[in-house]
Amino acid sequence: MGVATYIKDEKDAIQEVVLQSGIKVKPVYTPEDLDRVGFDYGKDLADPGEFPFTRGIHPLGFRSRNWTTRQYTGFGTPEETNERFKLMISHGQTGLNVAFDLPTQMGYDSDDPMAEGEVGRVGMAIDSLRDFEMAFKDIQLNRIGSGLTINAVASIMLAMYEAVAEKFGYKKTEISATPQNDILKEIVGRGAWIYPVEPAVRLIGDTIEYAMKELPKCNPVSVAGYHIRESGCTPAQEISYALMIAFAYIDNVVARGYKAEDCVGRFSFNLNIYGNLWETVAKFRAARKLWARLLRERYDVQNKKALFLRGIFGGGGSGMTKQQPENNIMRGAYYALGAALSGAQTTALCSFDEAYTIPTERAALLSLRTFQILMDEIGLRDTVDPLAGSYFIETLTKEMEEKILEEMEKVEKVGGMVEAISSGYVQREVSRQAYEFEKKIQDGNVTKVGVNKYTEGVDMEVELHEHNEEWAQLQIDRLKELKRDRDNKAVNESLKALEKAAREKTNVMPYLVDCCKAYATVGEMSNVFRDVFGEYVEPSIF
Amino acid sequence: MAERKIRVLLAKPGLDGHDRGAKVVAHAMREAGMEVIYTGLHQTVPSIVNQAIQEDVDVIGLSVMSGAHIPICRKLMGLLKDGDIGDKLVLVGGVIPNRDIPVLEEMGVRGIFPGGALFDDITKFIEENSAGR
Repeated sequence: MGVATYIKDEKDAIQEVVLQSGIKVKPVYTPEDLDRVGFDYGKDLADPGEFPFTRGIHPLGFRSRNWTTRQYTGFGTPEETNERFKLMISHGQTGLNVAFDLPTQMGYDSDDPMAEGEVGRVGMAIDSLRDFEMAFKDIQLNRIGSGLTINAVASIMLAMYEAVAEKFGYKKTEISATPQNDILKEIVGRGAWIYPVEPAVRLIGDTIEYAMKELPKCNPVSVAGYHIRESGCTPAQEISYALMIAFAYIDNVVARGYKAEDCVGRFSFNLNIYGNLWETVAKFRAARKLWARLLRERYDVQNKKALFLRGIFGGGGSGMTKQQPENNIMRGAYYALGAALSGAQTTALCSFDEAYTIPTERAALLSLRTFQILMDEIGLRDTVDPLAGSYFIETLTKEMEEKILEEMEKVEKVGGMVEAISSGYVQREVSRQAYEFEKKIQDGNVTKVGVNKYTEGVDMEVELHEHNEEWAQLQIDRLKELKRDRDNKAVNESLKALEKAAREKTNVMPYLVDCCKAYATVGEMSNVFRDVFGEYVEPSIF
Repeated sequence: MAERKIRVLLAKPGLDGHDRGAKVVAHAMREAGMEVIYTGLHQTVPSIVNQAIQEDVDVIGLSVMSGAHIPICRKLMGLLKDGDIGDKLVLVGGVIPNRDIPVLEEMGVRGIFPGGALFDDITKFIEENSAGR
């Protein structure tokens, strides 16, 4: 039954519940449980907005500020995507979350042979600043922040975002972009890596360093435990791996002579709302607390705001099923409830048709409405951290914290996160668990409604997003036109300067901004890095 | 004489990096007694065909989550025919809408296993359909 493991007796009464992170849930919790785990209000909770921020980072939570909604959006050409952005904003969405197609994510132009069949498919195709100009047309970049779901070439996209904002007349100090920019999790979970670990992490360090100086409202990295969870790890591991990855990026910046205090304030996280409701809430509360505590302990960060775990708590993709797809509407609503009960600053929800393909307009709007119903209709803005003080939730939050620390200890033992990922240790662990969990579903030991229980009768065809094959050709034609029209001498000079910076380990960001402004393409800039850095080779994990 | 194990090349073609499904199926195939060679991510179709020849596999399994399964399979089936190894059993799994199943079958892809397919169905299909067993 459910995401957790349930042991029942012959009368269908539940005898034992074990959450995915390995914590046993008792049938009843009392004040004695709080004593058992050593719960202390001041130390473990404190008021909202106070260290260790278990109850949230704002004193008034959603009362003072509703969460930001950012549905993951992008397909086809920049114009198609721009239309969808505007539609979502007109329906009350308050941020953007940009989906790029795979060629863009992998640093290939639309006309590259590697891009064949993939242009504009899972996101929009971006080849140059000219495409960004169309994608962000009429979007108020000083009011709407944009998440950029891009990693290996996040430095390029952040530079391009600055370039497009400047082109539209915004100051770079007023724009807010959050490139995902988390390459270590790509290597573990999502696979859109290009360069070897060391230069890839250096590029992340470059973007953080640059943002500290030039882009004060940008969040240069969004550490995504999300995708590792999607790949099969437990909720406790998701947090432990995310924090360890964040530490690896902090270490890179600290090695450049900066204080952690000066960079972590703009770190952001992307974490998953899929799972058992209680475990989800405890996970987020424990994560906020541990991030703040460990930043103090490891890096002596004192500034209160620098200790905030901010981020997007959303998605829930691996909970969605192809069977009985409309059930996913309900699943999404419960996952979003978990995010709301956890005090998410920002959220997004996988749409009900995403087990098939990227969402239709109708499906994306339903996800947005799900958030609006929670906040505007049924009372999730009424009070901060409403589950606080529950014997169960507080006990579970403490237990979750211990589990997360245990997992961190395991990673420390194999030499820290960079080593644990380079050697394939984390990938092996995650893949083994994905297999065990899938076996449980297939054996019926974990219930999935509509998949292995209540499977009769309601399977239906859903209306699907239509991919238009002509988008690719349009993009390729436009790229040809661009290469003919632009000042190719200026492009070559900017690329040469970029190459020099990459080789000499100078921060590449200002050079990328110059390349973008000269209309160098994503493929051209990525290839400079390919030449200098080489490409990543996966460790064999079988 | 011990029977030769069924050899499967499990491939991730194209740029899609979502490999949870491929890895999970690799585990299941191994547990069912098959020999599985996993290509890793970002493979081109010609490279997959080369590996299939080099490794002398009976089965090629593709995992595609990006929606590009039709162009990828079309290219693979063409190259297999050109290379005179059209007898390999080809399977595809991933995010595949029902409407695409007849298109893939038409190309000669014999096993189509969208997300949620059962391990037993996949391994039985291979046992019953791979040549020379």
